[in-house]
Amino acid sequence: MADADPHIVAKDLTMAYGDFLIQQNLNFEIQRGEVFIIMGGSGCGKSTLLKIMIGLKSPKVGDIYYDGKAYWASPEPEQTQMKRKFGTLFQSGALWSSMTLAENIGLALKQYTDLSDAEILEVASYKLSLVGLAGFEDFYPSEISGGMAKRAGLARGMAMDPDILFFDEPSAGLDPISAKLLDDLILELRDSLGTTVVVVTHELESIFAIGDNCVFLDPVTKTQLATGNPKALRDHSPNYEVRNFLLRGTAPKEANVA
Amino acid sequence: MSSATLAADDSAAGTLRVALAGDWLLGHGLPGADPVLDRLRQAPKPASVAFDTGALGDWDTGLVTTLIHIHKSAEANSVQVDASGLPEGARKLIDLAFAVKEREGARRSEECKSLLQQVGEGTLEVLEGGRELLAFTGELVLSVGRYLRGKATYLRSDVFLHIQEAGADAFPIVSLISFLIGAIFAFVGVMQLNLFGAGIFTANLVALAMVREMSAIMTGIIMAGRTGAAYAAQIGTMKVNEEVDALSTLGINPMDFLVTPRVIALILMLPLLALYASLMGILGGMIVGLVMLDVSLVQYVQQTISAVGLNSLFGGLFKALIYGILVALAGCQQGMACGSSAMAVGQCTTQAVVRGIVLIVVSASVLTIIYINLGI
Repeated sequence: MADADPHIVAKDLTMAYGDFLIQQNLNFEIQRGEVFIIMGGSGCGKSTLLKIMIGLKSPKVGDIYYDGKAYWASPEPEQTQMKRKFGTLFQSGALWSSMTLAENIGLALKQYTDLSDAEILEVASYKLSLVGLAGFEDFYPSEISGGMAKRAGLARGMAMDPDILFFDEPSAGLDPISAKLLDDLILELRDSLGTTVVVVTHELESIFAIGDNCVFLDPVTKTQLATGNPKALRDHSPNYEVRNFLLRGTAPKEANVA
Repeated sequence: MSSATLAADDSAAGTLRVALAGDWLLGHGLPGADPVLDRLRQAPKPASVAFDTGALGDWDTGLVTTLIHIHKSAEANSVQVDASGLPEGARKLIDLAFAVKEREGARRSEECKSLLQQVGEGTLEVLEGGRELLAFTGELVLSVGRYLRGKATYLRSDVFLHIQEAGADAFPIVSLISFLIGAIFAFVGVMQLNLFGAGIFTANLVALAMVREMSAIMTGIIMAGRTGAAYAAQIGTMKVNEEVDALSTLGINPMDFLVTPRVIALILMLPLLALYASLMGILGGMIVGLVMLDVSLVQYVQQTISAVGLNSLFGGLFKALIYGILVALAGCQQGMACGSSAMAVGQCTTQAVVRGIVLIVVSASVLTIIYINLGI
């Protein structure tokens, strides 16, 4: 949090599948070390926005700036360079099923560092222990539960000590306690590593527990309705849709802009 | 349990009274709502519909769907519905069903396409498929270039695993099929050639057929069904699980990591398997020949050796190499193009096998014409 410049900036982002418009005119800033939530109702394009941010799908208009550098305007080698600073946890973990957990974590290290196999294994064990999976190095993804697969996916995302961690619906499919533990883990990692965290979710409890800042995407108007601290938006947003979402559909029609 | 009945009573002025009695349970021969629906359409229309359910027994979805029918028809004919006579549960369920209006455009209409349109769309699809395969081939060539320059990301152990799966593991099925094909050729050859007293030429027939054509084509088809399908299913499932996306986000090219090792494995293994299949076919033919013909082992072997030139051998192996590329291409391309559901994995696997076999047969014909012109 040393420099005041925002870590990630989205400028005039429009995303579409062919001619089918998903969202347009998205503009938001994410500060270093912040937990940023992308939220909105089902089908509003949250996951698509995440795909654009991690370089899987190109936006129709606009760009994402990392430390002031446009991702999609950069040539491919530089994109690969920038991608190395990202860690991603996919919705189902997306662990490579033909590799053990240690191999899953070690692949990026093997690829991008000169570490020996023994050192890689050591790093993998350490990352697994960070997410509470010490001793599971030689397990295959099919041999562990869904919650464990998510945590292992997080360990893989952290393998390269990323600057930014992306989470796609981290609490989907988890029981309340595991979801809470994962939220705590996200906060702890942010606090101890200073990582910027971007989370796609619509779990209100998570949003309020971990979110510093957020953007609310609306599927009807196809643009963002609000950005800011989720709790502040819940209590004071002038926009009824946003408050209603954050209050589980129980918001009064009149805004309480106190 | 009493059977369900429905009676429409028109006697009260302006009100159609519908009496529902008995147990209204799905699958127990419910009466339709037709008497009520017919009455609602006839003039003079009643002002409202009311229900008597004093004798109604058990009920489930069967009752509610009938009531929804009546409701809709009443609405269409602008007749009031007085639901107060219905059981409270049923009334709430009906309210719930009507609470959210049907979204416009959500209901799919069955569209009947003309034959011409279907043929046109089918043709466009085939062309699109060909274009995709070409584009994929281009990407594969680029990936091979990265391999040659040592810039590709892959696991060496993966390549060996694929080589084992596409090579040694295929031995039993390839042995069985090629042995039997050789034996069948020999049977046919012995029967026909003995008519001219030229039974010994069975050895030529079997050896040439196996080495030049059959071993490559049979191995190709076996591998399309066995390994091409496996490639499509593996990569397709990885796609569904976002595993392919996970590779991309690490800056690892999925072509380099997933596709090229598989293609390399098949390119290396198919010619070797075809060579082995030729041997098995000749062996099968020999056993039949020795049993049915009056020749010695040495004679048969001599005849076989004299029949097969190096041209034939390398011609056959080159064909196998081409089939290997085609099978791997079809399998991997379908896997990478797979949609994101279990259904899509099934479809891409089927397509991989179908395309693999079509490509093999088409290229076999083309290659044979080329060989004839080159005099091989």
